[in-house]
Parts: sequence; structure tokens; C-alpha cells
Amino acid sequence: MSQASAPVAARAVKTKLRADGISMVFKRDGKETSVLDNISLDVREGEFICLLGPSGCGKSTMLNTMAGFLSPTSGTVTIDGEAVTGPDPRRIFVFQERGVFPWLTVEGNIGFGLFKLSKEERERRIGYYVKLVGLQGFEKAYPQELSGGMKQRLEVARALAVNPDMLFLDEPFGALDSITRLIMRGELLRIWEAEKKTIIFVTHDIEESVQLADRVVVMSARPAKIQRIVEIDIPHPRDISSARYLELRDGIFEQIGLAHKV
Amino acid sequence: MNLPVRLRPYGFIAVLLVAWYIAIHRQAAHLLPDPIAVVGAFIELAQRGLLFKYIVASLFRVTWGFFLAAFTAIPLGLAIGWYRRSEMALNPLIQIFRPISPLAWIPIAILWFGVGDTAAIFLIFLASFLPLTLTAMNAVESIPAVYINAGRNFGLSTASLVYRILYPAVVPQLIIGLRITLGIAWLVVVAAEMIAVNSGLGFLIVDARNAGNRYDLVVAGMVMIGLIGLMLDTGMRSLENIRSLRWGYSED
Repeated sequence: MSQASAPVAARAVKTKLRADGISMVFKRDGKETSVLDNISLDVREGEFICLLGPSGCGKSTMLNTMAGFLSPTSGTVTIDGEAVTGPDPRRIFVFQERGVFPWLTVEGNIGFGLFKLSKEERERRIGYYVKLVGLQGFEKAYPQELSGGMKQRLEVARALAVNPDMLFLDEPFGALDSITRLIMRGELLRIWEAEKKTIIFVTHDIEESVQLADRVVVMSARPAKIQRIVEIDIPHPRDISSARYLELRDGIFEQIGLAHKV
Repeated sequence: MNLPVRLRPYGFIAVLLVAWYIAIHRQAAHLLPDPIAVVGAFIELAQRGLLFKYIVASLFRVTWGFFLAAFTAIPLGLAIGWYRRSEMALNPLIQIFRPISPLAWIPIAILWFGVGDTAAIFLIFLASFLPLTLTAMNAVESIPAVYINAGRNFGLSTASLVYRILYPAVVPQLIIGLRITLGIAWLVVVAAEMIAVNSGLGFLIVDARNAGNRYDLVVAGMVMIGLIGLMLDTGMRSLENIRSLRWGYSED
């Protein structure tokens, strides 16, 4: 009993990222638009969090703020107790597949952040991550010669290669077809379980969030607030036709105010 | 006609040459020399050692003017594009200078440098400088923010950001700009040589007219200018086939 609950308790203790009272107001042509409204969130170490909300609600802004690309109008973000003041190689942001550098090969992209390592170590890591994301045989290919799913895996590999402890993913599978998207979710979970990263994943896809996350943070339309945080207490691999899955999913559908019918 | 596709342009040129020949000989006025006279003019120029000498003279001026402009305008344009907010001040100035034809500078070029290579090189430099500055500015401004953000995320210093992101991201557009500008430079060298020097293909054309209305030499000079322009363009265009640059030219 105590053994079974120990990992959960241990995980609950350490906070990786804390967002405290984040508000964001954009000024344009003299008009002020409030995008984020007093958002506070604690993310535990090793946790997989999905930020879920309608398009344009500000969840990407929230992610960019947590990653240090934007400074909030008010509030603070701390990671491991340190205030976030800018982007940092210890936490890598994964854009949609358009983030890979088109002028570099697969190897060049994966090795991009490894400039401080020796040549041997760099090559060893490139080899390892090429294999991890299943791009063997494409080492010398340019992104233009790859499919959308392969480019996405390449970007994830480039991020993982610098051994960050956090990943920020901004609708990473949004541009992929639905079959590739399902495969990519499985791949991401496999990598997450193997590499023990803390992941914050932005999506507008309810199913995707329930399949992936430990907790789903449901956000409201602009200005974004946290409506509710849903704990997804189903162990991986998740049976997406189980009663519990459907219950959690439908709960979120209801929260967002969508009927179950198309 | 069932010519292979590759040969069709040559076939068409041959037809035009024949039409040219026939047209000239069907009327009395001397509007143009016929193609055979032009070939004769080429042979004459080659025999007198002028053809090669004039080609080299023109290419020499274009090379100097164009490369001087490239080595100054591209870094300047990249810097303006990079610090676009603080350097907006330069833009009105550029926009005022831009509509001034490089040829309008000919009197000033002669005043400053006298008649000779330097004046011609200066004119080529002027003709190339602004287009290249603008190309570099626009190229920097159109770099997608994701590339810059990704570079910053991996902890690059500003110097390595320039070298590893900015530079490779602008190269495809720069090559297009260089190609177009080289075309302009080649147009301008001919005009500059008509006034500012006494050698080169542009000089050949005015000189042939002034020294006895040798229109066969004029047309030979024109054909030579066209062929070399085509060669320069083809050379620049071949850069676009480099594998690591091809992304910059795809439809995607």
C-alpha cells in the first residue's frame, strides 16, 4: 500500500515550474487586449501537462511566457526556484515542424545545439537520437525531402539531443494527418517515459489531451483563465474506449460547452 | 517540325536569322547590316585583337564594381534589417536615392575620377549598391521568427546567431538579389563605357558609329553583350541548384 503510493507522493512534492498570477496585455494601435488573466499553475517534475483551449485563447502566449520568449505584464514564472528571464537550453520549445532549419540536414539539425560537445560525443548523440525517432537512413537528407511527420520527429530529436529537463510543445502535431498524429502521440509518450522530461503541451484537441496528459488544464476563451484542471488517472498505455477515458473526455467536452453530437 | 524540345530555341533563332537576312535584302534602305556582315565584323574584331580585349575590359569593371558593392552593401543591409527599429532612419534616404538612375551620376563620376576605369567602376558600384542593400534588408526581415527563437533557445550568442541562423537563412534570397543586380550592373557598364572610357563593349558600339557608321560592328557588340549577359545569369542561376539552398526556391 505504502509502496504503491510512494512514487505518486514523491512526484507530488517537487514542483518543477510555478506560474504565479500571470497576466498579459498586448497593446496595438493604442488599444489594449487582455490575453492572459491572472493564471497560476504548478507543474510537478516529470509531469505531462496539456494546456487545452479553443484556438486563439492565449494558450500559446502562456506557453511562450513559461518558456521565456515573452515577459508577462504581471506575475512571475519560476523553474526550479529560479525566475525565468529568457529562453534557456535546459528547456526547449518545439514549434510545429516549421521550426527545423531547412539549410541543415537531419544530422545537422539534431546536432545544432551540441556545439559545446566534442566531435565524438556529438556524433554519438546524433546517432542515438536519429535512432530514437526512427530517422535512420535519412541522416543526410534535408527537411524539404522529409514528410511532415518526419520533420516533426526531427524537431523533437533536436530538442531532446541537448538533454533538456523540460519540453514545451506548441500544437506540435497540428499540421499532421490524423493517422500520423496518432502514431506521433504514441512516439512522444514512449520518449517521455524513456527520458523522464517534464512536458507542457499545448493543444486544442480534447482527445489528444486526454490521451497524453497527467493533468489537462482547461482554459477559457480570451482573456484566458484556467477553468478547471482535470487529473487523468489512467495508466499508460491508455485504452481509449474504457469507461474512465470516456468519462474524463466527456467531462471536458461538457466543461468547454460542447454537446456530444456532431 | 519535329525538333527535340531542347533544340527548339536554336531552331527558332535560326529561322529568325534567315528572316533577318531576307528582310534586309528585300528593301533598299540600310536599316541594319545582315547577319553575314555581323559575322564578318566578329571575325574582324577577333583578328584585330579587340574582341577579347574589350570583353575583358568590360568584365573587369563589372567585377570590381559589383564585388565592391556586394562586400559593402550586404553587411550594411543585413545590419539595417537586423536592427530595423533603431535604423528606420536610413530608409527614407535609401528611397530617395533609389529612383536616381546610376547614369545620372555619370557627370559626377567623371568630375571625381576623370575619364577611366575608376569612373566606370564607381558607376557600377552605385548601380549595384542600393539593390543589394535592399535585398539584404528584406531578406533579414523575412526570416521566420521561429528560426531566431529556436537559435536563442539553444543558447547561441549573438555572434553565433548571426553566423548559424541569420546568414544561412538569407543566402537563397541574397543569391536571387545578386543575380538581378549583376544583370543591372551589366546594363550599366555598357552605358558607362559609352561616355566615361575608351575601351570595352559599350565603347566599341559608340566608337563604331562615330568612326564611319560601322553598323556591322555595332550589332556585333550588341550580340556580344547579350551573350555575356546570358552567361553571367546562367552562372548565378546555377547556384540555386546547390542542395542545401534548394529549400529557398521551392513552392512549399
